[in-house]
Amino acid sequence: MKTLPVRELVLLAGLVALVAAIFSRVGPAFGVRMLAEAACYAVIALGLTIQWGYAGLFNVGLMGFVALAAFGTVLLSYPVNQAFWQGAGPGMLGWTFVTLVVGVAITIAISRSDRIGVPKPLRMALTLVAAAITYLAVQGQLDPAASVIEREAGFVGGLGLPVWIGWAFGGALAGLLGWVMGRITLGLRADYMAIATLGIAEIVKAFLKNADWLTRGTLTVSPIPWPVPTPADLGFVASRSAYLSVVAIMIVVLYVLLQRAWASPWGRMMRAIRDNETAAAAMGKDVNRRRLEMFIIGNFIIGVGGAALITFATIFDPSSFMPLNHTFLIWVMVILGGAGNNLGTIFGALLVYVVWTMSEPAALFLFRQIEVIGGDLFGWQAPGDLATRALQMRVFVIGLAIVLVLRLAPGGLLPEKRMRYE
Amino acid sequence: MPEAGLLTVLPMNELVFFINKGIIAGLISGSIYALGAVGVTLIFGILRFAHFPHGDMMTTGAFFALVLLVLFPGAGAAVGLPTAFVLLPIAMAMTAVFAVGIDRVIYRPMRLAGSRPVVMVMTSIGVMLMMQGGIRLFAGTGTRQLYVAADSKDIYRIPLGGRDIVITEPQLLLFVLTIAAVIALHLFLTRSRMGKAMRAVADNPDLARVSGISIDHVVRTTWLIAGALAAAGGTMLALDVTLKPDLSFNIILPIFAAAIVGGVGQPYGAIAGGLLVGFTETLAVFNWSVLLRPLQPLLPEFIEIPGRITFVPTEYKIVVPFFILLAVLIWRPTGIFRGRLNL
Repeated sequence: MKTLPVRELVLLAGLVALVAAIFSRVGPAFGVRMLAEAACYAVIALGLTIQWGYAGLFNVGLMGFVALAAFGTVLLSYPVNQAFWQGAGPGMLGWTFVTLVVGVAITIAISRSDRIGVPKPLRMALTLVAAAITYLAVQGQLDPAASVIEREAGFVGGLGLPVWIGWAFGGALAGLLGWVMGRITLGLRADYMAIATLGIAEIVKAFLKNADWLTRGTLTVSPIPWPVPTPADLGFVASRSAYLSVVAIMIVVLYVLLQRAWASPWGRMMRAIRDNETAAAAMGKDVNRRRLEMFIIGNFIIGVGGAALITFATIFDPSSFMPLNHTFLIWVMVILGGAGNNLGTIFGALLVYVVWTMSEPAALFLFRQIEVIGGDLFGWQAPGDLATRALQMRVFVIGLAIVLVLRLAPGGLLPEKRMRYE
Repeated sequence: MPEAGLLTVLPMNELVFFINKGIIAGLISGSIYALGAVGVTLIFGILRFAHFPHGDMMTTGAFFALVLLVLFPGAGAAVGLPTAFVLLPIAMAMTAVFAVGIDRVIYRPMRLAGSRPVVMVMTSIGVMLMMQGGIRLFAGTGTRQLYVAADSKDIYRIPLGGRDIVITEPQLLLFVLTIAAVIALHLFLTRSRMGKAMRAVADNPDLARVSGISIDHVVRTTWLIAGALAAAGGTMLALDVTLKPDLSFNIILPIFAAAIVGGVGQPYGAIAGGLLVGFTETLAVFNWSVLLRPLQPLLPEFIEIPGRITFVPTEYKIVVPFFILLAVLIWRPTGIFRGRLNL
């Protein structure tokens, strides 16, 4: 017998009421913007719920994957930079690339040289030497190329392709990085994966921030083209609504695909692995391979969502990917909404982002009140940077939300529905 | 110059520069990492999860020292040492109690509810965010000095011909403190009843429990030690440089690298790992051309030593501990000292 999903309906109605109230207060232009951003976060959250809720994979390097995907979008979709293509830059970069390929090929060949009978310690030493020489050679060619490009053209620019190709490419880059990460860390315990993803995120950000020739670094790249007409053509509300509908279609497609996959034999296998790894392995399932699959698919979705998010902002600023605010905001979305429940994740993403956006003026208002009351009652002199401190309150609240949800409602607001086979 | 004997070519100046910028700097960051990594590795070994807020625990300890500094500004002048160092034992005690309190309020209920280790790690990340937000809320986002006006940052110079070997008072105190902490920890773990109980729990918690060891006491002692050492590391770091509230992410990665390199659950390994990571990090961004430059007259003309040779550009310093970590995870996941991989 099928009962009415009361819990879902009540929560959804509450969310709609909240959004409507905010709309009436801040006006449609800001409201649609908030919803579009929330939708992009929902895509990222769907990617994370696959990793965490389905496979129990611990990815705290979300911002690294998002930044990489956004960079992929910039590289493909930003208008072509003629100064770069007419200068000496492409040739020099080409030679660098050739050097890299040759060096890597030689290094790999040496590392396989045991097949022709080279003893192991010697092979190890030779591999390291080859890798070091490759590194130095590439570095030696890249540095002059980078300075030439920066002098002649500023940065390499893009290829001028449609944005959706850029998103797909960005997602693929994130998935590729996920493959590399997964190969290294999936066999180990979950904590190591958390540490490794945290590290890779920092490295990706450091690279994007400092490779001025490639990303313009702290000078930032803007405007990234939109897949729909920009506010300059249509006005804020219409163009942002169009963007919102593009992302909403993406969410619906992803949701349907994920639900289908989850109900399929493949999904059953994934649940089996998550719930009892040993038993699944005993049944002949290749646990690490399946997890690697999950990690790559999840990172692809995270990348696409992140690329959409950055495209909406139209500015690519490598130093804006803050792990504290963004990565863990997405984590709150997933565990509050219900890890492993796609609907719950989307709901959590919308709710948390709406609350998050509104929390900034709320925190400022609250602290202003505290300042006034404290001054009146105790003659307390508030510190001058109270406003910046008030915003730190939000980081505290994210942490508190994580701790409380994990402690009190580990399943989230809409817990995953356990399927029963009877 | 036919008579340019080896002595005149001997790069005394450059060697001293190397000692200053390479050896001493590596020792300093290595000691700080070691003090943090011991706590991380103990928690890893006994509670079996990666303790992400450890960097913030260090910052918290330093802020306790700052509060004490404001309350008793005259304490240092009475002894003749930096005030924060004199007050350090109190700050260490406060942080230790603070760590136990966090365990009581947050981790213990989760442990009793039988949460999986992965959930514990996520909880610890939540705690990290709370601590980070809390620190900035109460102390602001700016940098501070951990000094009062009466303190003098003494600088010792060891003359060696041209250049001097320079070491500041806080750095010297840091070395002394690290060595003292290592010896005390060693004696505690090998001689005392509680230390032996801790090692027993780390080896096999079930066996330890049935042989009458109180897990609760062991856990509390773990947090006390981890908190105290974190406070020591954080305060000494703040004394050497400045007190920054956003330390945590930049320091937690090298600390984890140190703990894993040394072998999870191995306090001595953590110390060795901390020093290893600290040295590698410093030497990777060290400008080696300073050492090579004196060789220039000996080389043929067509080889020119560039002005700057580093393994890694300075802005990628954070990459170094990560690559150490990756290399260890790939080739020797148990770490140098054979820690336990699957706790």
